[in-house]
Amino acid sequence: MSSAATVAIAGAATGVCAADIRREIVEEQTKVVFEVNGETKHLTLDNRTTLLDALREHLHLTGTKKGCDHGQCGACTVIVNGRRINSCLTLAVMHEGEKITTIEGLGRPGNLHPMQAAFVKHDGFQCGYCTPGQICSSVAVLQEIDADIPSHVTENLIAQATVTSAEIRERMSGNICRCGAYSNILDAIKEVAGVPA
Amino acid sequence: MRAFSYERASSVEAAARAAAQNREAKFIAGGTNLLDLMKLEIEKPSHLIDVNGLGLDKIEKARDGGLRIGALVRNTDLAADQTVRRDYGLLSRALVAGASGQLRNKATTAGNLLQRTRCPYFYDPNQPCNKRDPGSGCSAIGGITRQLGVIGGSEACIATHPSDMAVAMRVLDAVVETVKSNGEKRFIPIADFHRLPGDTPHLETTLERGEFITSVTLPPPIGGKHIYRKVRDRASYAFALVSIAAVIQPDGSGRVAVGGVAHKPWRVETAEAELNKGARATAAALLADARPTEQNKFKIGLTERTLGAVLSEARE
Repeated sequence: MSSAATVAIAGAATGVCAADIRREIVEEQTKVVFEVNGETKHLTLDNRTTLLDALREHLHLTGTKKGCDHGQCGACTVIVNGRRINSCLTLAVMHEGEKITTIEGLGRPGNLHPMQAAFVKHDGFQCGYCTPGQICSSVAVLQEIDADIPSHVTENLIAQATVTSAEIRERMSGNICRCGAYSNILDAIKEVAGVPA
Repeated sequence: MRAFSYERASSVEAAARAAAQNREAKFIAGGTNLLDLMKLEIEKPSHLIDVNGLGLDKIEKARDGGLRIGALVRNTDLAADQTVRRDYGLLSRALVAGASGQLRNKATTAGNLLQRTRCPYFYDPNQPCNKRDPGSGCSAIGGITRQLGVIGGSEACIATHPSDMAVAMRVLDAVVETVKSNGEKRFIPIADFHRLPGDTPHLETTLERGEFITSVTLPPPIGGKHIYRKVRDRASYAFALVSIAAVIQPDGSGRVAVGGVAHKPWRVETAEAELNKGARATAAALLADARPTEQNKFKIGLTERTLGAVLSEARE
């Protein structure tokens, strides 16, 4: 006997309509449609599924990594509608109709995104676990500076933000690298931004 | 994480009604704090009302010359807004001093006000905590208190409010605009929005069940020099040990609020009369009733010195 049927019978015995209980069970899942790396995905997910788990466990895009699972390390960073977010701290069902870019969508072996190529060239990693998050974050950081979004180290709030080492370090503070490849990560980002190392 | 049902709200009124009908329902917007706490089963809503589709993401001039900030305006967008940067600079500064770029892209204006304390005992479900489990006791008192509150606390709780943004909004006399579950609108001055812990530290704001924040309004700009100075254990992405939000006028008068020291942004309007006498007199008046622990009494001196740095910067 399936567990759903067991619940329905138990419900009937206590006077609760079986249909109500079935609805409650169904309501713990929600349909969602979003685009991942240019492909439309239709999913029916347990409401608890984070975007990170949907990407890794349901869509098998395992480039995005689970580090702390609490928004503290940045390993799960992906780009949603052009903005970097922690995919561990958002529910997949909250992204109806949105466009998600993961590390796989930025570039592939043989056709690397300039930021991926720069991380390889500058040795911007050791173990590589934080790297997909570092690269997604880096790409978005340069876009944020271009879009004139200020940071904690921006001296003049009225002037256009510029690419400096201090700006990159501050803006990348949500991505932890326990191997300590920070100085090479900084070099990689500066090369892509076209500023002298 | 406990199982929950999920709906995408169709209107503000529907969202407030749905929340009032279910004691265990929660609104979800950015979700960065709520989901963190749900994973630890510190928050256990049986139903989530997703309010992200409701608009409420505009920053508009108010009729009185002030600024109306939609509840769902993301921290990044509020910090980057040209009017905020020009006329309410300390709000921009406070926002970019908080969290990380990724979190600021999701976190909302209303959610920032409603975020829970980062007291380590609140976050540890194995420890008694009156805020998480009313009546169970406070593990922080007598525990590790370096990060915790020095003023306005009680025998039941010495947690701090973690927001940077709210400290700036307290100085700017922001007003929180809400809709109650019966459709009635309410305007809550930020000074009355957050509570001190007293005997009920689990009640953190004066919102009623189902009451929904629609916007936060700022009065017309007041000029002056806008400064937000945050002192923390690392240079970025850490909560404040002490932070000072200040607007200082050319004649030396001004407004000041302190973060990282209390259960709410700490402002004492009468202490501002001391600003012309300098940081020592002002800090003494601000923290006159402080009851720090051995481990966090450094926050008293740190507040004075941080305020001193702020007043020096204002004179530059």
